[in-house]
Amino acid sequence: MLEVRGLRKEFQPLSGPPVAALGDVSFRVEAGQFVSVVGPSGCGKSTLLQCLAGLLRPTAGQVLFEGREVTGPPEGLILVFQEYNRSLMAWRTVLGNVRFALEGRGASRSAMDAEARRYLELVGLGGFERHRPWELSGGMQQRVAIARALARQPNVLLMDEPFGSLDALTRIELEDTLLGLWRTLRTTILFVTHDIEEAVYLSDRVHVLSRRPARVIEDVEVTLERPRHQLTTREDPRFIKHRHRIFELISREMT
Amino acid sequence: MRKLPWLGLLVVVVCLAAWEAAARSRPDLAVHFPPASAVLRALGGIVWSGDLLAHALASLRRFAEGYVLASVLAVGAGLVLGLSRRLHTLVEPLIELLRPMPSVAIIPVAILFLGIGDQMKIAVTVYACSWPILLNTIDGVRSVDRVLVATAATFRLSPWQRFWKVMLPAASPQIVTGLRVSLAIALVLVTTSEMVVSNDGLGYYVLDLQRSFQMAEMYAAVVALGLIGYGLNRLFVVLDGRVMGWYHGATRREEIP
Repeated sequence: MLEVRGLRKEFQPLSGPPVAALGDVSFRVEAGQFVSVVGPSGCGKSTLLQCLAGLLRPTAGQVLFEGREVTGPPEGLILVFQEYNRSLMAWRTVLGNVRFALEGRGASRSAMDAEARRYLELVGLGGFERHRPWELSGGMQQRVAIARALARQPNVLLMDEPFGSLDALTRIELEDTLLGLWRTLRTTILFVTHDIEEAVYLSDRVHVLSRRPARVIEDVEVTLERPRHQLTTREDPRFIKHRHRIFELISREMT
Repeated sequence: MRKLPWLGLLVVVVCLAAWEAAARSRPDLAVHFPPASAVLRALGGIVWSGDLLAHALASLRRFAEGYVLASVLAVGAGLVLGLSRRLHTLVEPLIELLRPMPSVAIIPVAILFLGIGDQMKIAVTVYACSWPILLNTIDGVRSVDRVLVATAATFRLSPWQRFWKVMLPAASPQIVTGLRVSLAIALVLVTTSEMVVSNDGLGYYVLDLQRSFQMAEMYAAVVALGLIGYGLNRLFVVLDGRVMGWYHGATRREEIP
């Protein structure tokens, strides 16, 4: 579905030699999987996602999406940002924000609104159509952004620390909402986070990145049953073992 | 609706009373410095005679033509310059050289090329009004949030769609700021150019009344100019509240209560 081969990305600072954010990143995401990428902060996770989304051109290596090389934002792949409040359009209503994903493809306004409404129901925001995004709480705003992304019916959803600026309880709620949506819509998800537990809780696989210039140092297969449960899954000895292992890998990178 | 600023209005009334008292205490200066009540009476007189209305209409027509033309031209140019870094680098020094020059200084030049008619007055108004609108539009477009731009990209908007659906609405609060600053500038340029050469308009009228020693009427015309400026600004604020309500709502949310 999505394949990264020897991805390298360098940035040219104002003075001095180029700085490499991504050293040599390679991994695959199979259709229908929920895959997370974790790594020490500042290791280039966001850079990686932007390369995958076709927003940044890699210095070397390739991103293949459905067998084709990504050179610009491809159809069927949507990036969800951590900064929901900067990504949503303050001048549009909640419904208008979701409709944004459906516009320009020849559908009638009423058909688009009906479709947008359906996705708002799916993320649990039925009844908030006429609100403005800034009238909602942070968690609800991110739900709008997720509804907008899903309304486009992407084959792969890329998520850049989407719950990173939410409080712990809201985050737990949204994790379960996201898992529910993933199960019903059968979307492939690549999820970037710095939260190890979140990565293990959500994913089928967790790719652990090194410090910059980033490369994948380990590919952890998470064998926990689904549906996952916030208490029992997190108390499962295998969960704790995965968390332990990934934590060790990352702390070794941070010293 | 906001509550009326009673205390602020009281300050205005106190100032008017002070003016009245000061003028009455010096009857020897009455010719140059009539009391507020006399000015108010004179205002009634020039309204009643229709003189004020005729001159105000002439000024407002020039104002509207110059302001609308400047808005269209400067917003258009600002959008293009805001979107094209290369073009902006090319003309930025020119803008930086022309902008600090007091706009009224081009009135003599404009008279040379356009004569003393309406064309000249509208042209100088357009020139002066364009700067704040142009600079704010450029800045507004250039400072559109990069997350929003990336959002437009991930949804594969065409350049045209990106412009209409993202760049223009996101830049609109700053464009409106430019338009608001230029509102006052337009009135200054219309009045000044009418004072330099004209046979109608409020600028001409004020100067004409002064030259014919109708001091109370002259003050009244000045007061009328102030009221017109105030009225135009109020109108702008109301329209701004209607159209840009989303922006005021969103920014109010971010304030610390």
